[in-house]
Amino acid sequence: MISVEHLTKYYGSFLAVDDISFEIDKGHVYGFLGPNGAGKSTTMNIMTGCLSATSGHVRIDGHDIFDEPDKAKRQIGYLPEHPPLYMSDSPLEYLRFVGEAKGLHGTELDRQIDEVIHKTGIAGVKNRRISNLSKGYRQRVGIAQALLGNPRVIILDEPTVGLDPLQIIEIRDLIKELGQTHTVIFSSHILSEVQTICDEILMISKGKLVAFDTPANLEKKLLAPNEIRLTTDANPDQLRHILEKVPAISRLTVEESSGRWTVARINTDRRDIYELSRAIYLAFAAGDKVILEMALKKGTLEDVFIELTESSTNEKPAGQKEA
Amino acid sequence: MVAVFKHELRMYFQSLTAYVFGAFLLVIVGIGAMLYNLQAAVSNFEYVLSFSSIIYAVIVPILTMRVIAEERRQKTDQLLYSLPISTVEVIVGKYLALLTVFVLPLCLIAVYPVIFAQYGEVYLPTSYGSLVAFFLVGAALIALGVFISSLSENQGFAAGIGVAAILLNYFSVTLSEYVSSTAIGSVVALFVLAAGLGLLIHYLTRNDNLACGVGITLMAAVVIAYLADSSLFEGLLPEIMTALSLFERLDVFVNGVFDLTAVVYYLSVAVFFLFLSVQSLEKRRYN
Repeated sequence: MISVEHLTKYYGSFLAVDDISFEIDKGHVYGFLGPNGAGKSTTMNIMTGCLSATSGHVRIDGHDIFDEPDKAKRQIGYLPEHPPLYMSDSPLEYLRFVGEAKGLHGTELDRQIDEVIHKTGIAGVKNRRISNLSKGYRQRVGIAQALLGNPRVIILDEPTVGLDPLQIIEIRDLIKELGQTHTVIFSSHILSEVQTICDEILMISKGKLVAFDTPANLEKKLLAPNEIRLTTDANPDQLRHILEKVPAISRLTVEESSGRWTVARINTDRRDIYELSRAIYLAFAAGDKVILEMALKKGTLEDVFIELTESSTNEKPAGQKEA
Repeated sequence: MVAVFKHELRMYFQSLTAYVFGAFLLVIVGIGAMLYNLQAAVSNFEYVLSFSSIIYAVIVPILTMRVIAEERRQKTDQLLYSLPISTVEVIVGKYLALLTVFVLPLCLIAVYPVIFAQYGEVYLPTSYGSLVAFFLVGAALIALGVFISSLSENQGFAAGIGVAAILLNYFSVTLSEYVSSTAIGSVVALFVLAAGLGLLIHYLTRNDNLACGVGITLMAAVVIAYLADSSLFEGLLPEIMTALSLFERLDVFVNGVFDLTAVVYYLSVAVFFLFLSVQSLEKRRYN
């Protein structure tokens, strides 16, 4: 459906998108996740033909967005970060303009306008001036515009930013609904949003694609629990002594230590955490101390997000030191 | 293109722009007709048009200042880029809408000579010939205005530069009498022009090599031509300034000559600036 190959974009000397490649199949909801300034909007702008790439290709259904813009753009509905609305128009007039520009006319135009108005729930405001509409409604008009012409791919850039919680839920439901009939790509810097709506996540950081997988797989792959918190009656010194014999502990941190018990955090690189917890139990039994509480901390996608985005942030200073 | 045209046209008539533009044009032509045709009882309507042409310096920038600048400010240009229409279609659609807004008051004005003809001898071919030229000057200036509007996202800036540019063009013949007519003065002026062209190319394409290449080639050509025959450059600068004046050519029509070269000139100017506008819009994609 969409293939992006070695996409790179420089703004002057600033590298905004760094050699991104991915393929997107039809009929799913894809989430672009990344902190602000990661290159999400730039990538989307290039994918929709609003911006040129410094190098690389974007093909929509086999049509290159720069060589055959007409054919490629007909497959795409795009809502930029800032909804591109003419404030003096009413939604109806605005949609009529966009529909005509997309090559619709006559009864087909009327039918599609009717359809997107109902889908996005803006029937009640369709004759009011857009400048008088709330942000939520403006966003809906923007989405309605993207739906016109029945494109196979819908690209939404941060569609929920600046909306109140109720509006956010409504827009999310709308995106889910659209995902059943279209390929939807949307960007967000809010993790939970992407996690709940998307079938697949593309994580972007510092212009690089750092991960592309389903939310479940991402968690599985990167978040095998690798941390154990335990509370014991041993004091820190005894604790260290007991755990000395346990292999595969990469770090031991004493978090809290009162006279009676100690709270510690144990990190490991080991994939099989139960093997480790078994070894810890046995070590405590041998050392004649008791584990009062032990918890395997299961990571969240949030941790992956932070880990991935931070690791690529740290890359640069490290590189500079070497130089 | 039709979609852009219809949309633009509706916006002009929903806002005050079209009415302000039309009102100004009708008022100034009305005042002219009052002074020349009624009070002074002159039967030449073309004098009115010649008199009125300076109003373009005010009304054309009012009409064109928002045409692209506002798209940028509201970020609606992103929509235009993502729609399956080319930037040529966008610019031509917008330009045709502007021309329509411009032609409507002219249609009213076109009735005046017929009315005056009821009460005396009016030589209609010259009146209408001049009206056509009057329209062509406006059309060329509107294209210039579209280009200026495409340079900035600030409407005020677009309007200010527009007024200055049109006034400069209006007075360029008068000014040409005060500039140096020596060969060396012309060479200096051509150097400045070549540098300006280079800057324009640099701005539109961000291609330093091309900009420098064009600028330096032109300068070299000037130097070579000067060394070959310096008499070529005698009085060249005033001639160029006169040749560039859109308003000067209007007077030829007013004097009763339907000058086809001038028609071609006006159309070329319009096409030239529309072309630059397309480039300017395209350039945004390559920043």
